[in-house]
Amino acid sequence: MEALIALIIGVLTACGVFLALRGQTFPVVLGLTFLSYAVNLFLFTMGRLAIGVPPVISDAAAYTDPLPQALVLTAIVISFGMTAFVIVLALKARAEFGNDHVDGLHTDEGTPR
Amino acid sequence: MNGLTAHLPILPVLLPLVAGIVLLALRNAPLALQRGISLVATAALIPLALVLLASAADGTQLVYKLGNWDAPFGIVLVADRLAAWMLTTTALLALFALLHALRGDDVKGRHFHVLYQLQLFGLNGAFLTGDLFNLFVFFEILLLASYALLLHGGGRLRVKAGLHFVVINLVGSTLFLFAVGTLYGVTGTLNMADLAVKLVHTAPDNLALVETAGLLLFGVFALKAALLPLHLWLPAAYAHTSAPVAALFAIMTKVGAYSILRVSSLMFGADGGAVANLLAGWLMPLALATLVAGMLGAVAATALRQQISYLVVASVGTLLAAFALGSVDGIAAGLYYLPHTTLATAACFLLADPIARARGEYGDRFEPGPTMPGAPLLGALFFAAAIAMTGLPPLSGFLGKFMLLRAALESPWLVWVWAAVLSTGLVGVIALARSGSLLFYRTHSTGKALPALRMAEWLPAAALLLLGLGMTIWAGPLAHYANATAAQLLEPQGYIDAVLGDRQ
Repeated sequence: MEALIALIIGVLTACGVFLALRGQTFPVVLGLTFLSYAVNLFLFTMGRLAIGVPPVISDAAAYTDPLPQALVLTAIVISFGMTAFVIVLALKARAEFGNDHVDGLHTDEGTPR
Repeated sequence: MNGLTAHLPILPVLLPLVAGIVLLALRNAPLALQRGISLVATAALIPLALVLLASAADGTQLVYKLGNWDAPFGIVLVADRLAAWMLTTTALLALFALLHALRGDDVKGRHFHVLYQLQLFGLNGAFLTGDLFNLFVFFEILLLASYALLLHGGGRLRVKAGLHFVVINLVGSTLFLFAVGTLYGVTGTLNMADLAVKLVHTAPDNLALVETAGLLLFGVFALKAALLPLHLWLPAAYAHTSAPVAALFAIMTKVGAYSILRVSSLMFGADGGAVANLLAGWLMPLALATLVAGMLGAVAATALRQQISYLVVASVGTLLAAFALGSVDGIAAGLYYLPHTTLATAACFLLADPIARARGEYGDRFEPGPTMPGAPLLGALFFAAAIAMTGLPPLSGFLGKFMLLRAALESPWLVWVWAAVLSTGLVGVIALARSGSLLFYRTHSTGKALPALRMAEWLPAAALLLLGLGMTIWAGPLAHYANATAAQLLEPQGYIDAVLGDRQ
């Protein structure tokens, strides 16, 4: 399972980095979203992977670390808010410049790269 | 400790939060009431910060346990000398930037005062917190408020600069979380004092992980501090936002510098065992390169606000070069220089605003324009601000740089520091002399009526410059305090004892 999770985080990060480096705002926003998914998964696995054990200390012998779950919850909420903000900002930039390039290139003929 | 004194460290965090929420509820109330609440809440931060400064002066480190959970299980706020020093700087800066905003910038968009208070909430929290994840959360709070403040008032260039600023900071936040996650995965704690204890005994197997996390953290803080090569977002963002926001943002790069200082002295300091001096090798060359790059940018700038933005980059370089010396004298020089450069930069941004307005359609671009109404006064203030920015005597910038040069005497970086600081000082003088003569001397009359200069436009900037003068007059006590702060930072065991007590 460790290998699978590591692979997922790696692929998400790679996709996120690639998309965040694109020239248009929409892929950039998608890339940031992928990056935040990757980091959320990463934070979650930092409490070690365990199946079927509760995240509370009880009479049962086994328990899993609850703190990363709380951290992930905070991180998800923050990244959710940030994504919403950056989408609105990208739409505003689109409205201001007439195209969705991150540098707001506004050429008269044709669409920018 | 009893009653209110026990809760003192959390008040600078709570007050702006409560004020922000109250202002949000009163968003349809008369403007005068909103301004009044915002002003009172911001002004009240100054006595709070001064009380903390006084209580930290004898070396006590006030630890506030949120919910009365003992560290490292609960979250703590720690008000030591460094935190109180940063809080005082922020409070003074915030008051005068807000006074400038009351001139009319606050009604050019919605919710200015709410966002301003939330920005202060994030800043104060970041300076006080003793928990790494909590630092991340306060970073996000101050960033989210800063995104909205940066865009306040709208406009095409502002949106473009804002988009870049938001995207690069979101990437920075992601890296911050990766670093925090790695550190937690290895050590099982996020309390900074506890981390400092645990990192000393890092197992050799985990050393690479911890070093990666530490350098990732450094990268994130360098991004916030606008350290070369991560400084490219700053000039556009600062040059295109409104004057009071740019002035408040003068403290934003210092949050990054503060975090670098805190983390490198506490967790990766000389006593760090396996991870000792992890950041030290990187900091000095990057800081000096930032200083040079910033000054070159200031010479090449084509508009006043752009030039000041590059001077911000240069000042970050100077500041971090002082911190990178790693000695008591070096860090003290940086700590004395920090409030000076924050206040001087803010004064410059606040002055650029009436200058741009007085020149009408020419704005703050460096080209011969009309004679400004009130030019003698603006010119005199600009002259004083330029002296402060470039570190010429007699103002505090000179003392800060002098302390830095003297501290560098015992460093192996002596030649590099002296060469970079002195030559960039000269370049800075040339750059500001050129812009001053262009703006104030090479003028022609256009016959158009230009708006007269009002007192409210220059008074906050003049007050900030007066504070700089105060820093020069009371340089002795301030330098003494900075020295004590640096000594406290280089003895992280005191911080660890204060936070963890016997739970080490």
